Amino acid sequence: MALSKEQIAQRIAKEVKDGYYVNLGIGIPTLVANFVQNDIEVDFQSENGVLGMGPFPFEGEEDPDLINAGKQTITTLPGASFFDSAMSFSMIRGQHVNLTILGAMEVSQNGDIANWKIPGKMVKGMGGAMDLVASAENIIVAMMHTNRAGESKLLKNCSLPLTGVNCVKKIVSNLGVFEVINNSFKLIERAPGVSVEEIKTATEGNLIVEGDIPEIKF
Amino acid sequence: MINKTVSNVQEACQGIKDNMTFMFGGFGLSGIPENLIAELVRLNVKDVTCISNNAGVDGFGLGQLLQKRQIQKMISSYVGENAEFERQMLSGDLDVELIPQGTLAQRCQAAQSGIPAFYTPAGYGTEVAEGKESREFNGKMHLLEKAFNADFSFVKAWKGDPAGNLVFKGSARNFNPNMCGAAKITVAEVEELVPVGTLDPNHIHIPGIFIQRIFQGENYEKRIEQLTVRKQN
Repeated sequence: MALSKEQIAQRIAKEVKDGYYVNLGIGIPTLVANFVQNDIEVDFQSENGVLGMGPFPFEGEEDPDLINAGKQTITTLPGASFFDSAMSFSMIRGQHVNLTILGAMEVSQNGDIANWKIPGKMVKGMGGAMDLVASAENIIVAMMHTNRAGESKLLKNCSLPLTGVNCVKKIVSNLGVFEVINNSFKLIERAPGVSVEEIKTATEGNLIVEGDIPEIKF
Repeated sequence: MINKTVSNVQEACQGIKDNMTFMFGGFGLSGIPENLIAELVRLNVKDVTCISNNAGVDGFGLGQLLQKRQIQKMISSYVGENAEFERQMLSGDLDVELIPQGTLAQRCQAAQSGIPAFYTPAGYGTEVAEGKESREFNGKMHLLEKAFNADFSFVKAWKGDPAGNLVFKGSARNFNPNMCGAAKITVAEVEELVPVGTLDPNHIHIPGIFIQRIFQGENYEKRIEQLTVRKQN
């Protein structure tokens, strides 16, 4: 069975280590916060100016002056801080944020990522994604392996306008976990019940498969 | 104490003309200068260039200026919340420059600080890099980005005093501090204008030197764009 979006988030949460400052993108990445182990200390950064983000507020306790980068109402945890946008991107560009988790429309085997524009169709903008991918040491992409037409999104070359070049280190898709290395996608783990053959078929870019590939465990 | 107080939003907007470039603080609808935007709609200034992270939503925030076709060009990082925006952009009626959010913030900050340009890695190798100088530092490629040059900066703070000192609240701070002093004239609207001496100098986020005009706004709507709550157990 391919992973659900929640399961992708759950698998990525295992990459979040004690003491990390983490920036979560919109969509599947936002769900990662729900699965981080209770016994580690992690601070979530939101690029609109919050460090120490907490869960969504209870009904009636929402504050229009307290939102995340997805414009959703949030709360803060003890020890949280607010700051301006320039300082927020000082945290990001200055590599003070340890881990960036974001979604993608396409990733190429050399680590290029496209996630901000479909020419003539979708024009939303890059938000903070270009700053994040250009600077983060550690970038994990959460994505579906194929598009709605069944075409691979793990490609030799991205066809859409790029967000950043040579930056993606790891991908967790609904089919498996991949490292981007040696101009290839290296299969590390596969979704429970999904065969290596199925993953090969769904991957347009170079795929490296070495030895037995374990299933993802939760 | 130099007094920056103006009596109302009309006085705050004196000197505004067609074809000017404006900066607007705010992230989504959080921390936007609601009173100043409403006055720009009333004044019906035309062909303006807006520097703002977002473009409002249909009928609120900068969406009001879009609806009246007052905006000639938008410089933003993310504009996904506005159908009217997308329509005008795709039809070619609206000129749009999409730039990375950190670059947007730093171009404001640079203008505030008197730094004409700076290098950033954001956007290297993408279409954002087209026509820009690039240069390698420490083995990594960077783009040369320039400070903004705007006529007016419109910001919104939680509290302020007649000296122009500002205090922001929560994530409504966002781009507002970076835009203070980043244009020829900075106008601040505040939810509460308190007497001089009331704000603790230790707690002031933006010193009044960056502000030319300040007034207390009225009837704040403070709309929530994405109300997201969890249930009580």
